[in-house]
Amino acid sequence: MSGEHFTLHVNGADREVRDSWLGESLLDVLRDRLGLVGAKGACEQGECGSCSVLVDGSLVCSCLVMAAAAVGRPIVTVEGLATPGAPTDVQQLFVDAGAVQCGFCTPGLVMAVHDLLDRVAQPTETQIREELAGNVCRCTGYGRIIDAVRQVAVARRDRTGSAP
Amino acid sequence: MTVVERPVDVRSGTIGTSPARPDGVAKAQGAFEFSSDISADGCLWGATLRSPHPHARIVAIDLSAAWKIDGVAAIVTAEDVPGVMHYGLISQDQPVFASEVVRFVGEPVAAVAADHPETCRRALDAISVTYEVLEPLLDPEAAVDGSFAPIHPAGNVIRHQRIVHGDPAATGDVVVEGTYEIGMQDQAFLGLEAALAIPDPGGGGVELHIATQWIHEDRGQLAACLGLPVEQVRLVLGGVGGAFGGREDISLQVHCCLLALRLSRPVRMAYSRAESFLGHVHRHPASIWMRHHATSDGELVKLEARFVFDGGAYASTSSAVLVNGVTMAQGPYRCPNAEVDGWAVRTNHLPCGAMRGFGAVQACFAYESQMDKLADACGLDPVEIRLRNAMRTGDELITGQPVLNVAPVERCIRDTDALPLPDEPVGGAVGPDGSVDAMKLPGGAGLTAEASDIVRGIGWGVSIKNLMYSEAFDDFSTARCRLADGVATLKFATAEVGQGFVTIAQQIARTILGVDEVRLDRIDTGIGSAGSTSASRQTWMSGGAVDAVCRAARERMFEAVGAAHGVEPVQLAVDGTDVVDTMGELRIPVAEATAGIEIDETVEYHHPPTEALDENGQGNCHTAFAFVAHRAVVDVDPTLGLVKVVQVATAQDVGRALNPLSVIGQIEGGIAQGLGLAVMEEIIQVDGEIRNGNFTDYLLPTFLDMPEVVATLIEEPDPHAPLGAKGVGEPPTISSTPAIVAAIRDALKQVDGVGKPLTRVPVRPADICL
Repeated sequence: MSGEHFTLHVNGADREVRDSWLGESLLDVLRDRLGLVGAKGACEQGECGSCSVLVDGSLVCSCLVMAAAAVGRPIVTVEGLATPGAPTDVQQLFVDAGAVQCGFCTPGLVMAVHDLLDRVAQPTETQIREELAGNVCRCTGYGRIIDAVRQVAVARRDRTGSAP
Repeated sequence: MTVVERPVDVRSGTIGTSPARPDGVAKAQGAFEFSSDISADGCLWGATLRSPHPHARIVAIDLSAAWKIDGVAAIVTAEDVPGVMHYGLISQDQPVFASEVVRFVGEPVAAVAADHPETCRRALDAISVTYEVLEPLLDPEAAVDGSFAPIHPAGNVIRHQRIVHGDPAATGDVVVEGTYEIGMQDQAFLGLEAALAIPDPGGGGVELHIATQWIHEDRGQLAACLGLPVEQVRLVLGGVGGAFGGREDISLQVHCCLLALRLSRPVRMAYSRAESFLGHVHRHPASIWMRHHATSDGELVKLEARFVFDGGAYASTSSAVLVNGVTMAQGPYRCPNAEVDGWAVRTNHLPCGAMRGFGAVQACFAYESQMDKLADACGLDPVEIRLRNAMRTGDELITGQPVLNVAPVERCIRDTDALPLPDEPVGGAVGPDGSVDAMKLPGGAGLTAEASDIVRGIGWGVSIKNLMYSEAFDDFSTARCRLADGVATLKFATAEVGQGFVTIAQQIARTILGVDEVRLDRIDTGIGSAGSTSASRQTWMSGGAVDAVCRAARERMFEAVGAAHGVEPVQLAVDGTDVVDTMGELRIPVAEATAGIEIDETVEYHHPPTEALDENGQGNCHTAFAFVAHRAVVDVDPTLGLVKVVQVATAQDVGRALNPLSVIGQIEGGIAQGLGLAVMEEIIQVDGEIRNGNFTDYLLPTFLDMPEVVATLIEEPDPHAPLGAKGVGEPPTISSTPAIVAAIRDALKQVDGVGKPLTRVPVRPADICL
């Protein structure tokens, strides 16, 4: 196709991208060239959040970012959150609280929830709804996801012993 | 969310508990393999060329320019289909590729395989198709009345079904009528259509990894189109990112296999969101006229109705959707007399077929709107009119079929009515500083009029849904159980689409067999059919098959224990994780009882047969029924026509909640889709062309649109169900829509004493404020 050759810094490691086409999105390069299929494509226009990853610490829709534009900026995907079989608290409580059905939106939501709780440790329900409104889920009606987020926030607060 | 209290004395992971999904952690970590994630060494990409016209004759197809593009490996058209040229779930009327005529915008005309999706795109652009544009049939009534020339050899009427019941001449003291319209809704599953086809080395057959709802049905249609014996077509369920009816029909299956077989190389295909809107069937738009006759006390005397479902270009499941609509036109209410006519017709719109609720959704919006009108006319409130007519076990449908299932309609209504109304004041609580939370206003931040203009309304919806397949279809599911060394291994072909059948299959095996470890074999065509993951049927059907096969395996275990310990097998039972002698002292762990032996059983579970309908629409055509009530509370900005759904309360007849957390998930998720149809979701077609085939313009409910759901589960185990459990997937979607619309009507009536009829869903801002 085309001979673009660049290096992305993904989940703490340099990953070479060969023979890329200049117009390829970060989502396509992660999935089809680097084999990191945790980020999902569902709308391809930044409406559903299924492709959410962190670039330079900011939550982005990787379908809207050109891969070549992410050179030199640290990228974190869902695969970079934890090792397989050892889920993060968010991932585990998603499962336990019934927030996972088909699971297609789940990796993007997990990225968004980690990002939210890193910024706002104890979000109100309105904050949860507003912050996650860019992530669409078609299965759950969101109720159990909100419950999972609340449970993570409570567990983290209890663990750190800070005041509510 | 509130749930009924339940005893907690059951063993973890068994029926009645809510263990974690076996695929949950993998899904949360991004490690679960969806069909769009599956690749193979040396695989090529496939893509589909689609018609730009709703109705046109194909004059010529010129592939020469496309063949010249580097990287193009194959191009196939109708000429290259080796087997039968058409497929379809009920009648085979849809071409693999259009050959002479295209009948909808988006109909496949050719497919290509190339080294990269971008090469595919360029190749599709380079294919030149010469069309002679024909006048499209866009008015379903022109199909009903025969005024438009047939657009398909099978004609423009897919099915006409009449129902005449009781005394059609009966009349009531009170008569209300109305005409209701339902827009076209999309399933909008997040995991786009995707597949990988791997041809057998050395030629012959093909293996297809695919996200679908029914791998065996796909296999039959695929094999016919590919001209292969069924045994040479093997399907493996790829991870399914939601379905909701939209994966019951063939989409890319034949195209993908055709390319792979032609090239003797693996080929993968993946639709974009825009293509997905064209590539799968949708919920039927419908126009429904109803006239209800009642006594002055509000008791139903007669229903008259006329249904027209727009099936779009091909039949798909339109005939079954029609039957669901007309046979459940009375709703969950007694109605002794009826005269109903229904048509499912062909037009040059997008093809329509299955979506959650399947015909019952359209009927419910009409009959529940009518029940409110009747309540008004009789001077009753919406709850009272429904209670007076509530169906009970033994009552007849207008098909003459008695409802033999548990039918707790009255309890659904009363239990819903008893649920608390929202604490939140109209327009949201005012903060200590006097500010309002803008996100709780209709329209959200910055879009709404004065908070003081907002009006709150309450509305009701109650519904009936048939479970499983109807009209004499031999509906069954197959399951295999191997049991050795205290570990059960289950195999079934049941499509796990997110609903959680994999979880309850494990729960059933743990309960019946007394094992803790239940392994799940790959879901593929290496076992008999499970039927479709649709019609709220898998808990009953595949749950029934797993239940039956585990009982068969348990009998073998009892025989082995009996022989080894000199005990009659009939005396043995499973208690926790032990086998016990109910008449003696013997107690041994299941792991010990099954050590060194290999039990292997396979069972098919069939539900009792159903009947076809006669020419008057009479017959026991359905298998079983479930019921639910919804009460919606909405805040409306009448000036701007904006709606905020504040709360939906529901009491649902679930039979028995095998996994309460999963049931809640189905209830909340189903209500979200019902809310979508009520106020947001509609595929807009203009002159046969879709105008909003993307997630920017097709609006899906987000975290901010979904209200609090308060629910109670009505657990009256159904004696006809294998585990007492009814299907729970569809009911939440069905009557939540009319409940929300009724709540908007209630709010608007408070504004001027008159209100608006709101006879169409989705309700648009202009319907409210103009």
